[in-house]
Amino acid sequence: MHDKKVMIVTVFLMMNIALFVLMIVHSSYSRHHLQPMVAEQAGMVVKYGLTDLCLFTDARYTRHPTMADLNTPFQDYPLSFEHFPSGSLVPPPPHLVSNVVE
Amino acid sequence: MSWSSAWLDRQRNFIGLTLDFLMRKKGKHAALFLVYALIVFLLSSVLFFTHAVKKEASLILAGAPEIILQRLVAGRHDLMPEEAIAKVSSITGVASVTGRLWGYYYDTVFRANYTLMVPQDFQYGEGKVVIGQGVSRSSIVSEGGMMPLKAHDGTIVTLTVQEILPSDSELISSDLILVSEKDFRHIFGIQKGLMTDLAVSVRNPKEIATVAAKIKKMIPDSRPITRSEILRTYDAIFNWRGGIMLLILSGCVIAFMIFSWDKASGLSADEKKEIGILKATGWETSDVILLKFWEGMVISLGSFLVGVVLAYLHVFFTSSVLFSPVLKGWSVLYPEFRLVPFIDAYQMVAIFCLTVLPYTAATIIPAWKTANTDPDAVMRT
Repeated sequence: MHDKKVMIVTVFLMMNIALFVLMIVHSSYSRHHLQPMVAEQAGMVVKYGLTDLCLFTDARYTRHPTMADLNTPFQDYPLSFEHFPSGSLVPPPPHLVSNVVE
Repeated sequence: MSWSSAWLDRQRNFIGLTLDFLMRKKGKHAALFLVYALIVFLLSSVLFFTHAVKKEASLILAGAPEIILQRLVAGRHDLMPEEAIAKVSSITGVASVTGRLWGYYYDTVFRANYTLMVPQDFQYGEGKVVIGQGVSRSSIVSEGGMMPLKAHDGTIVTLTVQEILPSDSELISSDLILVSEKDFRHIFGIQKGLMTDLAVSVRNPKEIATVAAKIKKMIPDSRPITRSEILRTYDAIFNWRGGIMLLILSGCVIAFMIFSWDKASGLSADEKKEIGILKATGWETSDVILLKFWEGMVISLGSFLVGVVLAYLHVFFTSSVLFSPVLKGWSVLYPEFRLVPFIDAYQMVAIFCLTVLPYTAATIIPAWKTANTDPDAVMRT
């Protein structure tokens, strides 16, 4: 009885370990396989002079967080609340907070 | 019988006994396994997603303009006069300066936001556009189709879709509409001689910060944004120390603390009695610890592996379907991008250390304490 249970658990753990190893192999293979896709996007960034990833399209300061201005938290009036959901996902870019260049 | 096979037999017996203990409260342990796997899944999904986006952003945006120069008026982004190009070009170290024309367009019919942009060399000319996959999806238009856009003066500008950008580039181009300069100026009513901002190229990359400071001094109402700041932005957005990441991660960590605290705060009377009986029948403290080690291992290692593998499938095979309601927000146009599965040993070790180790330790320590006390006293409590 013990042997059967031990076998089931061992097979279960081994299957998971095999899947885990497969995941690592897949990750490594995909990185190599998807290199042209990344290169194509990098090429478009150079060609069109793009600055941001298209992750959120609801608010302009989350569509282009790097281009956001110092006024974005007060879109409607001073002290107005943030109302775009993506605004709570995207913190202010470091250069707006630290102002290194200035 | 050789030493190794005796050792294996011993471990097998321990695992068998562990399973007997676990099966005695199978409902409780099954629930524990599921919740544990769910927490690992959530934690791993967040880590996989954020790491992959950060890594991809750093690769894709490595060729972004070295300096973007914006003009600020009353704290807001304003249009840049063309004369600034000559001024900036005169700065030593500047290789070239080009004016960029881009803006946002809200489509009132499909309620989607688009990014309109004028490429440096737009091959198709007036009346033609190149659109991203997201625009094509949301406005239901394909190659050769017509795209009516409302200009600033209320007139309708009908543009022909000449090309749709490849779906592999959705992460950067999903909402893009590439138009000619003339159409762009007509749609937004921007006069000739005005630009959205400037892209500055610097000869020596080491001088970018110096050139940016010189520009700022020369044009005080401007704001230079350097490439390194662009790259740092994506590092900051998906940093685990800020925003929603911290919220999700702290939820997971607190759940784990509750788990571990529950375990570490002591064994139940039944469990103590079991250990007392084992000790009374001749078990060593090390045997009890080994038994508890296997108990912790079966649950935590199993949950860890199940959680991590499911998280990988979730993020890289289903495009993080469970996160999409959060990521979409109010966006009508949402890019359907596929992330490159960037995972590394550091992430795995971090997840393992955050999940498996505390639980296993929390299982062993109270058992060790109980096993060290007198079996008679333990059984009488």
